[in-house]
Amino acid sequence: MKVFIDPPNSMILFDLVERFGHEPLSSMAVIQEKVDNIEVDMPPMNVTLEDVIKGLKYAGIEVPSGIRGRLALWGPMIDAADAAIVIENPPFSFGCVGCDRSNELTKYLLQRRGIPMLTVAYPNDAEGAKSMVGQIKEFLDNLGKGAKA
Amino acid sequence: MTIRIAQLSCGTEYSGIQFEIESAARAVGAKIVYPDVSYDQVQEALDRFGFRPKSQQLQLMIARAVSLADEKYDADAVFITTCFRCAEAALVRNELRRFIQEHTRLPVVTYSFTERLKASQLLTRMEALVTIVTRKELLARERQTGLTAGLDSGSSTTKAVVMQDNKIIGKSWTASGDVVQSATQVLEEAMKQAGVELKDIEAIGTTGYGRFTLGKHFNAKLVQEELTVNSKGAVWLADRQRGEATIIDIGGMDNKAITVRDGVPDNFTMGGICAGASGRFLEMTARRLKVEIGELGDYAVRGDWRNAKMNSYCSVFGIQDLVTNLGAGKVFEDVAAAACRSVAEQVYEQQLQEIDVRHPIIQVGGTSLNKGLVKAVGEVLGEEPIVPKDSQYIGAVGGALLSSGFLGD
Repeated sequence: MKVFIDPPNSMILFDLVERFGHEPLSSMAVIQEKVDNIEVDMPPMNVTLEDVIKGLKYAGIEVPSGIRGRLALWGPMIDAADAAIVIENPPFSFGCVGCDRSNELTKYLLQRRGIPMLTVAYPNDAEGAKSMVGQIKEFLDNLGKGAKA
Repeated sequence: MTIRIAQLSCGTEYSGIQFEIESAARAVGAKIVYPDVSYDQVQEALDRFGFRPKSQQLQLMIARAVSLADEKYDADAVFITTCFRCAEAALVRNELRRFIQEHTRLPVVTYSFTERLKASQLLTRMEALVTIVTRKELLARERQTGLTAGLDSGSSTTKAVVMQDNKIIGKSWTASGDVVQSATQVLEEAMKQAGVELKDIEAIGTTGYGRFTLGKHFNAKLVQEELTVNSKGAVWLADRQRGEATIIDIGGMDNKAITVRDGVPDNFTMGGICAGASGRFLEMTARRLKVEIGELGDYAVRGDWRNAKMNSYCSVFGIQDLVTNLGAGKVFEDVAAAACRSVAEQVYEQQLQEIDVRHPIIQVGGTSLNKGLVKAVGEVLGEEPIVPKDSQYIGAVGGALLSSGFLGD
């Protein structure tokens, strides 16, 4: 199943989703596609005005352009997701360099979709980390079962 | 020498404008750099800075600023930019600008962008940053020497002055049309007044939107953006070469608010997003009132803005307010005063919040001849601005003064 991860650029979440047999939906994939495109217009990430305008589908014109640009990339993934895993309050090292306004909207859009969603607090110690991985594993395992059923 | 401009930003990549920022820097011989910080430094920087925004990219901006303040990263100037309309970013942008100015001597420019930003809109700002870094000695020049001329090709008017031994001996202006033709006309008039010929002029300095075209045509020794040139002209005209000052230049198309220390700018903003706070808006007002632009200020001084409020951030909506007021039978004087008040308020709200106003305030540019606007600016700021004699010639004076630096005295 397609699982949207939040933060959308978390390598750890990407790895966990893939390891437990699902397809992660992440920033890395869409950005790689843009960066690899030979017609590079707007390096480094090649987000163009067209993308920002596309983002209007998810956020109105009065919203800052950085949010619309992000949502132009993340929005279609949210639309395509069968499930989502959200880590609350992640630090930089978890793969998150972002705009919190975009993060708030992303979580809202995920909730609105009504897909299975796991929200986990970022762990502060080793025990917490084990528990987080355990919860994610259980969520992903159940997703698989649900799909088969 | 490549000038390193440290970029502290949020949202530029996702807005698709990072390339435009880098292009603008490249066009003026500068390079955009990003101060390196480690994860631990981010936490330390946030604790020290005392402001903890929710957005991680804003947190990164703070850590990069602290790295510059601690001289852990080497840069020549700082460009702080965030998304237009983001309240959290606006707070961080302003506080970071203050922090950089308190802890470093690096020139700073702040900017809020939309996805429509093009490199050309940033060129003047980037060029000014580069000028401040590379031409410190020239900008410190306090006296004009020899026989030089300055040409200021602005969006609305073209001005020329001829200076000799630190005195203006000829000056002229005209409405801008063909760039070269307008400049030739005013230069000839200024030379006639001064009693000199073109062959006698030892150096010419050009500034304003048409500076490159004029620089080439007149073989100018100095071709420079208007931020640094105008601030130099303003402090010379106001005789405030030493110490601090704030220069407010409400132009035909954009406004500049510049803080200077000993005549050298260290922070500036240029209006960019809204046209409601420009000289053009006053022109439109005068046209609608069917009065000469020169008379508008006299009307405004006699009026009371409270009787005809105009509260808009847009020139089109501003004129709509004006028409509504006239339709409701308001008197011309009150409407003219309201138009001036509206411009003054917008300059205060949009631009002066991005710099720390230093005293005295020197108001210059063509619009400073409008007494109503000067009065409105004084009321909004709570301090009467200094309007030096020949205040509309700042760019041309700055050009003549700075170009004399190439003569070797």
